[in-house]
This record gives sequence, structure tokens and C-alpha cells, in this order.
Amino acid sequence: MPGAVVEEHTHAGELTVEVRTDRILEAVRALKDGATQFSRLSGVTCADFPDEPSRFRLAYHLHSLQSGRRVRLRIWAGGLDPEVDSVTSVWPGAEWQEREVYDQFGVRFRGNPDLCRILNPLDWDGHPLRRDYPIGGEAVEFTDAV
Amino acid sequence: MALIPPPGAPVHRSARTDDSIDWDLRDPELVEAAHGILTTTVEKAIAWTQTSAIWPATFGLACCSIEMMHTLSPRLDMGRFGAEYFRGSPRQADLMIVAGRLTQKMAPVVRHIYDQMLEPKWVISMGACASTGGVFNNYATIQGCDKVIPVDVYVPGCPPRPESLMEGIDILRTKIGGNGQTPSSELIAERTRVREEWLVARAAADEAAAAAKDGQPS
Repeated sequence: MPGAVVEEHTHAGELTVEVRTDRILEAVRALKDGATQFSRLSGVTCADFPDEPSRFRLAYHLHSLQSGRRVRLRIWAGGLDPEVDSVTSVWPGAEWQEREVYDQFGVRFRGNPDLCRILNPLDWDGHPLRRDYPIGGEAVEFTDAV
Repeated sequence: MALIPPPGAPVHRSARTDDSIDWDLRDPELVEAAHGILTTTVEKAIAWTQTSAIWPATFGLACCSIEMMHTLSPRLDMGRFGAEYFRGSPRQADLMIVAGRLTQKMAPVVRHIYDQMLEPKWVISMGACASTGGVFNNYATIQGCDKVIPVDVYVPGCPPRPESLMEGIDILRTKIGGNGQTPSSELIAERTRVREEWLVARAAADEAAAAAKDGQPS
């Protein structure tokens, strides 16, 4: 897998590896089938950094059932219409995880068999967990009262 | 965009539906008219049956449903009031205890299930989230289930203790008015007055209709 890894660091006992966005599928396959045997995908999550050029930072949490080791793969997906490869061909269970990321952040996944909203109503507008989405709700009276 | 009212918007409360089977439900003036005035023995008997076997529909949405289950447990037996029989079908239930957060996605479902319940029906809004949105003031949570369905009793708490829910059911039974629990005398007086006015108005309307009908063939 030459050239795929951008950087890696370990913090609080957890290894995080940042991977190039277009090589994520290859990296995931190598980790799953290789000597390390990270057979379980723990989750696919996302965070919004609006000041960064690539706005969305996705994290794939992999877990090895044999050794109990965990690793986090991090990729950046940016632009107005962020799109990354889907890992459902490796783990079918990632489908709903990716649907949640799409629903809440708007990151599309190429190859996801059913990319539609999963948490919000299907006719919802916008992606709620982005930083520029309002929190919503009602104005509460007397919040500043002491 | 999302269903978020702007700050300062008037807060919408769902309209009441009539909760007594003795009234003429086609009469629009009866919307706020006296609920459960027990002037006749028949009405009292009917109210007694309604309070003694008040079957809830299963509508536990979130954590409050655990406390609702605790009210069913032997310590605070809700079965004393005939309410241990939670119905799966709303068509067979007459009480809806909204226990938990109501989300935007669930709101049409709540309304649909409420509409499927037969009159007379009552709603207890259990917990802070069902009453006002609770700690969740955001895009996804409806700030109070009374925006969607009319509520009879609000039970505050996060979650309310089972004793609190039991008091809520007790208050509801008082409101229905049966089983020897009389509403407060002021409520009785006010509702009697409203009922008299309604009877007078309906008599006048019937007379006017009869007069119009007599006048037509001539």
C-alpha cells in the first residue's frame, strides 16, 4: 500500500492513521485481509471542520477480534459535494453507518446500495450536524434570569 | 427547511377534541363546553365505568416508558384502576400516555394513532420532553406533544417518579369525574353555567330551524 498513508499518530493509546481519500477502499481491504486481520468495522463517523479546506473528516474505526487491537483510519472529504468510496463491499454493515453520515453531514458514498436518509424524515432539507445548521428549537424565556 | 418556528412566533397548541360521548359531537360550540358534567345518574355511572377501566395504548417513546412500566409493577399497581391492560391497538384504548421525547419524524404517527382512538379519549403527557420538549430544544424534537395532540394532564419530571404518574392518572380520573371523585365545586358551577347557555342556544337554533322550515312551503 505505498503512498496511501499520509500520517499517523498515537494518542492516549489509540492509533490514528490518516489515509489519502482516494485510497481508503484499498487501505481498508488491506487491513481486513492482511496480517493484521482487522475483521470488524466498529463505526463510520464524521466531523465538520468548516475552516479546513477539506471540510469533513471521516473516521473508520477498525477492530481486530483476534488480538483486540483497534485502529482509526481518517480521511478528509471536502468541497461543496463531498464524495468518498463506500466500504460496503468490504463490510455490508457499513451501509447504515454511511447513511447516517450522509444524512447528518451530506457526504455521499459511491457504491452504497441505498444512500438515503436514515435518522431524519425522508423529505428533510439540509444536513443537521453541519456547523452552519441552526440548532433549532424554540426561544426559551427567562434563560438569562439569575 | 426544518420545521423550526422563528423566535417570537406564537406557540401553536393543538385544538381539543370532544371527550364526552353524551354530547352532540356535530355542534361546534361544544368544543370548550363543559367536560364531564355529572348531573344525571346515568352520566355518573358512565363516568364511573370510564374511570374504573381506563385502558392505555402502548405509547412509550423513550426513558419515561420505563417509569410507566414501574407504575404497572406490583408496588404501585396501575391495575387497581383497571389500567394494567395496555392495548396494542389504539382502537381499543381510551388513554394515550405519551411517555418520552416526541421527534419530528414521529409527530405524524402520534397524530394518526390519536385519530384512530375512539371517543371518549384522554391524553396524559408524561415527562418533561412530552410536555415541553424537556432538555432537548433542537431541530429534531417537538417542543411539547400538545402541538400535535390535545393533552388533558401534564406530568412533569425527568423522568417522573411512578408516584407522580400515578397522581397524574388520579387527576385524570378526577377530571373524568367518576368513582366518587367529584370535581371541584367551582368547576362544577362554571361548567353548569356553560351547559345552560349551550342548551339555551341550541333550543334557539332548533326553533329558528323549525321556523325556517315552516316558512318555506308557504
